[in-house]
Amino acid sequence: MKKLIAIFYFMVISVFAFSQEVEMAVEMRSSGKIYVVVAVLAVVFIGIVFYLISIDRKISKMEK
Amino acid sequence: MKHWWKFVAVLFVLYAIIAGFLMDVPALPILHETIRNLYFHVTMWMAMMVLMTISLIYSIRHLSGFKNEHDIVASEAANTGLLFGFMGLVTGMIWARFTWGTWWVADPKLNGAAITILIYLAYVVLRNSIDEEQKRAKVSAVYNIFSYIMLLVFLLVLPRMTDSLHPGNGGNPAFSTYDLDNNMRMVFYPAVIGWTLLGVWMMTLKIRIKKIKLKKGL
Repeated sequence: MKKLIAIFYFMVISVFAFSQEVEMAVEMRSSGKIYVVVAVLAVVFIGIVFYLISIDRKISKMEK
Repeated sequence: MKHWWKFVAVLFVLYAIIAGFLMDVPALPILHETIRNLYFHVTMWMAMMVLMTISLIYSIRHLSGFKNEHDIVASEAANTGLLFGFMGLVTGMIWARFTWGTWWVADPKLNGAAITILIYLAYVVLRNSIDEEQKRAKVSAVYNIFSYIMLLVFLLVLPRMTDSLHPGNGGNPAFSTYDLDNNMRMVFYPAVIGWTLLGVWMMTLKIRIKKIKLKKGL
């Protein structure tokens, strides 16, 4: 019984330790700053898309 | 509405950017937040594979009819595919630097990817070295079939036959086996479709420019 308790104890400890070991960007999300990066990336991507659309339209004009 | 698929491309990639950063991902050692690179690094290679497959199909179609149009599609698909291949290579290098600790390792998957890119660069060089149009189209179409087979061998077959650091190869589990949980699938699959369609869009633009140039005799 003591052994069983010990095994259970170590299992709990290892699970706890494992979940703490892996660092994720929790703080970045809780302070809200990651949204700024997402917004910037979205703007950059939308800008590129508008550029693509304008090229598409120019080519369409040339084809006529 | 014949441009609907372009909207799908933009919408899906935009979704991948937003959800890719904000949705929950499994917390894994070594990877940490870089697991999100799955939505951007792997999708580059998926887009490249689709574009190279388009290139192969049009090379075969060219050989069974010798239409100039098919040759243009084959070459521009390969060109756009090369761009995505380079992006895949560079993004992979950055990812490797911060997970494996180095920009490059002599790994079958990495070297295979580099060789694949070189093989397709040789396709571009080959095209540029032949002046006569019909000869260029024929020779490069035959070479393109060869290079696609090499792509399959170096990217998909050889890395799986030996040990590799890269996920999905040589006994090393891919994300799909247990790491890629359903949350990640919800972002990963749309991201693949989005980036691929975006690549196809860029390809069609290049094809149309080339056709206009041909018409005007440039």
